[in-house]
Amino acid sequence: MVSRAAWLYIVLVAAIAGPLVATTHAKPSDIPPHPLLVLIVLQLLFLVCDSAKTPLTSRQTKWSPSSAATLAAVVLLGPMAAALVGAVSVLSLRRRLLVAERLFNGAMYALCGLAAGVVYVRLHGPVELPEARDFRLVAFAFAVAATVHVLANHTLIWGVYRLNRGGGMLRREGLESSLPLLLASDLGYACLGLVIASLWQVMDWFSAVLVLVPLFVARWAMGQFAEQQRAYAATMNALCQAVETKDYYTRGHGDRVSRGAVMIAREIGMSSDRTDAIRFAGMLHDVGKLGVPTQVLQKTGPLTEDEYAAIQLHPMRGLEIVREIGFLYEALNGIMHHHERIDGRGYPMGLAGHEIPEFARVIAVADAFDSMTSTRSYREAKSINMAIGELRRGAGTQFDPLIVEAFIAALEIEEWPLPAPARAPADLTIVTVQDHDDPTAPLQVVIP
Amino acid sequence: MTGSTMAGRQAPDRITYWQAVDSGRLLLVATAATLVTAAVAVTALQAGPISTHRSYWTSALAFGGFIAFGELLRLALPGGREAAPIAMVGAMSYALLLETPKTGYPKESALLVIAVAAAGMTVGALPHIAAGRSAGITGICTRIVAVACVAFIFRPLVPEVTGPHRPWALAFAIMALLVCLGWLIDTLIGALIRADDVGARFAVAVLDEIRLQWPLGLAVGASVIITVFSDKTVGLGILAVFTGPLLVTQIAFRRYAGIRATYLQTVRSLARVTEVAGYVEAGHSRRVSRLAVAVGRGLGMPEPDLLALEYAALMHDIGQLSLRDPIPGGATVLVSPADQDRIAELGADVIREAGVLDHVADLVRCQSWPARGHDPEPPLGSMIIRAANAFDDMVGGSIDRDRSAAALERLRLDPDQYHEGVVDALAEVAGRRVPSRL
Repeated sequence: MVSRAAWLYIVLVAAIAGPLVATTHAKPSDIPPHPLLVLIVLQLLFLVCDSAKTPLTSRQTKWSPSSAATLAAVVLLGPMAAALVGAVSVLSLRRRLLVAERLFNGAMYALCGLAAGVVYVRLHGPVELPEARDFRLVAFAFAVAATVHVLANHTLIWGVYRLNRGGGMLRREGLESSLPLLLASDLGYACLGLVIASLWQVMDWFSAVLVLVPLFVARWAMGQFAEQQRAYAATMNALCQAVETKDYYTRGHGDRVSRGAVMIAREIGMSSDRTDAIRFAGMLHDVGKLGVPTQVLQKTGPLTEDEYAAIQLHPMRGLEIVREIGFLYEALNGIMHHHERIDGRGYPMGLAGHEIPEFARVIAVADAFDSMTSTRSYREAKSINMAIGELRRGAGTQFDPLIVEAFIAALEIEEWPLPAPARAPADLTIVTVQDHDDPTAPLQVVIP
Repeated sequence: MTGSTMAGRQAPDRITYWQAVDSGRLLLVATAATLVTAAVAVTALQAGPISTHRSYWTSALAFGGFIAFGELLRLALPGGREAAPIAMVGAMSYALLLETPKTGYPKESALLVIAVAAAGMTVGALPHIAAGRSAGITGICTRIVAVACVAFIFRPLVPEVTGPHRPWALAFAIMALLVCLGWLIDTLIGALIRADDVGARFAVAVLDEIRLQWPLGLAVGASVIITVFSDKTVGLGILAVFTGPLLVTQIAFRRYAGIRATYLQTVRSLARVTEVAGYVEAGHSRRVSRLAVAVGRGLGMPEPDLLALEYAALMHDIGQLSLRDPIPGGATVLVSPADQDRIAELGADVIREAGVLDHVADLVRCQSWPARGHDPEPPLGSMIIRAANAFDDMVGGSIDRDRSAAALERLRLDPDQYHEGVVDALAEVAGRRVPSRL
């Protein structure tokens, strides 16, 4: 859906782009023979590139190399033609585009093309078929023009995202998550514009076809990457679920902790790489529980010291399992130390305060919160407000107060996926009766 | 094809390939070394009289630098392969350049191409050596031989295709053919080396290599032609401009290869949960998967199938997680067929949950089916997992030959359960086993 503010913005962009392009002083260049044909070929190239938009990651960011066509027009035909190439974005072959999106894309790409063209001409870039003798000048002016194009493009898109997302609140996701990669890809492929222009002298329109080949191979590789990434996440999910089937009440625990950890990570401004890593760490944080004998997990009444030690070992067991995965080192730390306490009375190492890795402090909060808001065999689920109260009470002793506050702030923006209220299974003997994650019901240990 | 003929063909094939290919690698290095020595010697002798010509040095330096840069940015591809697409673009473009440096002898300019390519690749390999990585001699030699073939064919043709009134399409067509030839040489040598390294059949290795390399080959080929023609109009500056798109393309491939590697690592690691939970013996999943992949390769399975087989073998016991109590020792070979079916079924359900690994789930589901008399017949992958699993349940990590012979004997006694061809291939693989770290 398009918000009213975003609509206003789009109309504004279009209202600026239209007259500006129309009044551009268009000095018809006759250096490439048949300038009209060149324009049409470049417009077609733009549409082909645009229809091949491809997701850069499994999440939202989509990317297309169409700027190469606009920038080729800058060199071959000048600013106005570049704007006209960008404007065909209105006719995009992609279906399911809203009218607003078409209008915005057309106006935006026209403006970007115009800006790049004007900059190119101002820097004395010659509008003609590039030649060897003044190629240095061409390359310099082109590099600046390409940078202007990319920046203008991202700024305008950023504006529409900002106005259209979450009531003006910009979340650290989507467009932003892979911004450096996106900018680099755009700049890299923008260079193809000059390559097309250079080839034009030899092979005419065919240069556009030839340039499409590496473009589409790259697109294929990116598509494969996104597909593998999706498959990877799905497989990981399935395996984690399999691990959780051992325990009736903790189903979905890993998934929710992962989500909570990501919410905190965004709130405290972690980079996208680290956010990805903490997503996996959260999902896998309790995988080591498999190494704890079932009878210990299902024991009623106080545990012996040996049994308690077996439970305390589970973060190490988890580390053992995931150690060889090519994760960030921090993710491993997060799994290993997620039961440390700020006051140093946690396990397995008894680290205190900021000795505890940040990932572990984040996971600890999400972990305890999910445990409290889920039903256990010995108690009902607590409400979110009660659980928040418990987190606040533990802040400074069990939890890092900053992380707790960040989590509470994140909970106000994003809804927490409460687990479906678990009905007690028919066979009560297969249920875990102790939850090592629950800060309100610490494990009882027999004192010898 | 019945099992016995499959196995009968297998043994002699392997030996000939070992011998042929081992000398093949030597031959490759020797050929490349000879070419490079001759090229460097002749180029050095020629350089005196022509070195006054400035473009000779600038283009050699520009392309040499470009090749070195590409060699520095080698690309790891799935399956432990390594490629250097940007170096290949540089070397091939230099070989297909539409201008001859004014030596007057086109043949000598082919030797110049080889010398520059070799120098560039060597310089680009130095940082790899300094960082303690492999120098990648085989890859460099392969690229040099491919580039040399193309250069020897094309350099004498340059005056013909660039003469007056020649259409660009002629040069284009010849280049397209030669780029394909270069790619084919590169791919075939790669397949030959790989067949040797992993013990695959040559024909299968060629198809695997083509399937994996064609997208990159296509991009390299088109990039070469683009570079050559735009160099003709705007000069060497285009090398700098074109580096941008090439780098982005390479990043796309790198990310793809990277996530595939992480994916495999993750499945490998998570498959060990059954071991940590005490359901199966330590190292079982990984040993079974290694055995299964080796057997599958011996039976000529193509690489995508081998990947599915590896995943299935790693996760073949995952269904045990749903069991209330671990099976003593985890040996599924000892439980009743009905329970085996149930474990397989539960495991397949877990994997199907992912939604993207249904073919793997099928392999896991059918692993409990007997090789004969089951309708429908189990897929080959499942029969391999069944045999490898039974073998490992009996032998474990031990490499005692008597123990493994006894286990194989037991599998052979039960041809209804264990496919004969699979067991024969397994025997062959087991004979090569060396102590592993696990």
